[in-house]
Amino acid sequence: MAANLAALRSKVELALAGRVAAPFTYRDRKTVTTVSTGIPEIDSLTGGLPRGALTEIFGPPCSGRTSLLLSALGARSAQEEACALIDGADAFDPHSAEAAGVDLRKLLWVRCKNIEQTLCATDLLLQGGGFGFIAVDLSDISPRLVRHVPLESWFRFRRAVEDTPTILVLLEQESNAKTCASLGLRLESEGARWARTIPTPDADFVRHSLIWLLGGLSARGEVSRSRGQKTGEVYSGDGFAPGIASDREGIFTTRTDWDYLSWSRQNQNRQKI
Amino acid sequence: MSFASIHVPNFMVQAVLRGEPQLRDRAIALVEGAPPLVRVVAATEAALRAGIQLGMAKLQAQLCGVEIRPRSRTQEKAAHAALLDLGWSISPRIEDHAPETIIVDVAGLASLFGSHENIAHEIVQRAAGLGLLVHLAIAANLETAVQAARGFPGITLIPAGEEEKCLSSLPVRALSPSVEALETLDRWGIRTCKELAALPVLELSERLGQEGVRLHELARGASTRSIVLAEPCELMEEEMELEDSVEDLEPLSFLLGRLLDQMCTRLAARSLAAAAIRLKFELGDLFEKDFQVLAENVPANFASGEDARKIYKKVLQLPVPMRDSKMLLRLLRLQLQADPPPGDIVKITLAADPARPRSTQGGLFVPGSPNPEKLELTVARLAKLVGNANIGSPELVDTNRPGEFRMTRFVPETNETGFRRRNRIARKKAAAGATASGANSEGALGKPMTGCRIFRPSVPAAVELREGCPAKVFFRGLCGRVVAASGPWRTSGDWWRENSWHQDEWDLEIEFYIANAGAGGAAGLYCVYYDSDCRGWFVRGVYD
Repeated sequence: MAANLAALRSKVELALAGRVAAPFTYRDRKTVTTVSTGIPEIDSLTGGLPRGALTEIFGPPCSGRTSLLLSALGARSAQEEACALIDGADAFDPHSAEAAGVDLRKLLWVRCKNIEQTLCATDLLLQGGGFGFIAVDLSDISPRLVRHVPLESWFRFRRAVEDTPTILVLLEQESNAKTCASLGLRLESEGARWARTIPTPDADFVRHSLIWLLGGLSARGEVSRSRGQKTGEVYSGDGFAPGIASDREGIFTTRTDWDYLSWSRQNQNRQKI
Repeated sequence: MSFASIHVPNFMVQAVLRGEPQLRDRAIALVEGAPPLVRVVAATEAALRAGIQLGMAKLQAQLCGVEIRPRSRTQEKAAHAALLDLGWSISPRIEDHAPETIIVDVAGLASLFGSHENIAHEIVQRAAGLGLLVHLAIAANLETAVQAARGFPGITLIPAGEEEKCLSSLPVRALSPSVEALETLDRWGIRTCKELAALPVLELSERLGQEGVRLHELARGASTRSIVLAEPCELMEEEMELEDSVEDLEPLSFLLGRLLDQMCTRLAARSLAAAAIRLKFELGDLFEKDFQVLAENVPANFASGEDARKIYKKVLQLPVPMRDSKMLLRLLRLQLQADPPPGDIVKITLAADPARPRSTQGGLFVPGSPNPEKLELTVARLAKLVGNANIGSPELVDTNRPGEFRMTRFVPETNETGFRRRNRIARKKAAAGATASGANSEGALGKPMTGCRIFRPSVPAAVELREGCPAKVFFRGLCGRVVAASGPWRTSGDWWRENSWHQDEWDLEIEFYIANAGAGGAAGLYCVYYDSDCRGWFVRGVYD
């Protein structure tokens, strides 16, 4: 019996020679380090953004994708990590980014004109290495075009960041990376919040008796894919707790805040008429 | 005191061979002069064996079957600069004695290199690295070292007190006497320094004057003088004149690679690196039409002045000083691919701004950042892909104009001290912020800011007003009903300029009539403004 087993083992090893180095060698479970997104609700839902993996954040416009991205960029740049944003449609707003706490000096912004440039730029940046956070923003590119990106491109991106401390985040309207993404997060809009302001003496109340301010927007997130959860990989938190992905229904609500906008408007000498 | 004299024999030929190492095994003769009086001024040993004689006419030299090259003063200048760099790489005290000879004060270098023999071998080895084959002599007497280096091949070590004995076999010609003095000595049958040193100095003075006394002292190794220190030059330059003009990037890269190799070797010899590379091309004759195009399109790369139109300049600013010639070549190639020189190149000048090499110590608590050299290459490749203006770090501009920013160079800081300092400041700020926010409201703390996506350029829109408020919005082929609105927020500025602005801004929540409007979203939150100057409505961006 033992001889048969040994023969079978050697046969398998021989068949896999050149492709698999040691098929019967036990491999330790991979430890995945995750980092905070800067939004506690998302952190408790997903366990954070995994390093050395591809994270896919998708959803329709106004679903909070950009707010989440800016929050993550702010958290990473605050930790002095070099960040890169490959902007597929040149839609990044440095003003709201700075208001969200992004250290713009730590951010390399690549303003692309089409999807080909975006994918090529991503390849170049991943080859260069050394970045702690790389975001590929395809949100404003038509989903029909993004759907035509071959799966091997996402696979290549995933392999490029494997075993590196880089967090690769993909922003789009629909999920396309499929199994190449270690974490998939679907976002949906829950509507806008409006706040009533206190009337000020310089306001023209004849025309607008009620003055409203945009208070923010609400978004709902749902984990569509989490490799860590399914395979039971060990997460180790980095600067936030808890580090384990939530087993709850996977729905969270986050609200954005518009204080910075009113502040900037006040500081820009805008007049309410 | 000990002095090392470094002499480059056959300097004119070696200067050419340094620039073109592939010619080392060939028989080369260098010619100079205005046609038809073009004469051979220098030749390699192989060429001399083939029958070449100095002073021979170019036509006669061509009959000997050797390769004829013009004398290159630019390459001689570069070779002389390399020789000086060699000296400074050994000692800060050097004398620029002649184009082909320098003197280095080697006193006190024993602790660094060991014995004089070790110093000599080190110098010869470094000279070979710079593409120069040198003769070297070390002596306590400065002039003796110079004469020995010029007269004897290889390495000559002269112990103190044995100068006369060592120079005895040296021909008198090596002392560089005047033609008259040499003829006189020749008539007397004086051929070597030993014979010259044996003559009585008084009688020699009576017949040859002060020159006789000087030659006598040199022959005895008794001439004394102080070293005249040379000042280190701040600019490092390599030049190459091309016999045949170059237009394509491939052969140009080959030449640039060679110049960069030489430059980086010189930088390494002085423990320096390049903070910037300045490239200058002298272009061949261009047609008048080409000049017009140049003047209109790329004036920044061309020097001003009458003849300056033929000069093409390019500056490669480096984020950190570097001296990796291959990396520098890749960066230069990328720059030239993006903005190629508009004509044939007849002369290349490569200059480096020397700086101290980057010395950083990695820290355990410093987050990893891209390698600066590698990052520069990546950024250059990306710039080639998306354009120089579309890559970098955004920087907000001190203005009230909406959406104004500028792009700056992306330079991640990897300094551990700076990292710790900033961390400390951030912690203090966070503590102060927590205290203040605790006093104000607990709801605002921890909530993320709403992101905004900008449409560049702004999308024209048609807006239907009801009682001064937007009620319906049409843009990008979509029609939507305004559910909620905030505004107008009026901004204006720069009225004294042509590009003044005057806008009424609205935050609108729009519900589109089409179910799949906005690629999946039936409602959206947009920033819309009325431009009073253009008298039109535009959509600035969407809140996401």
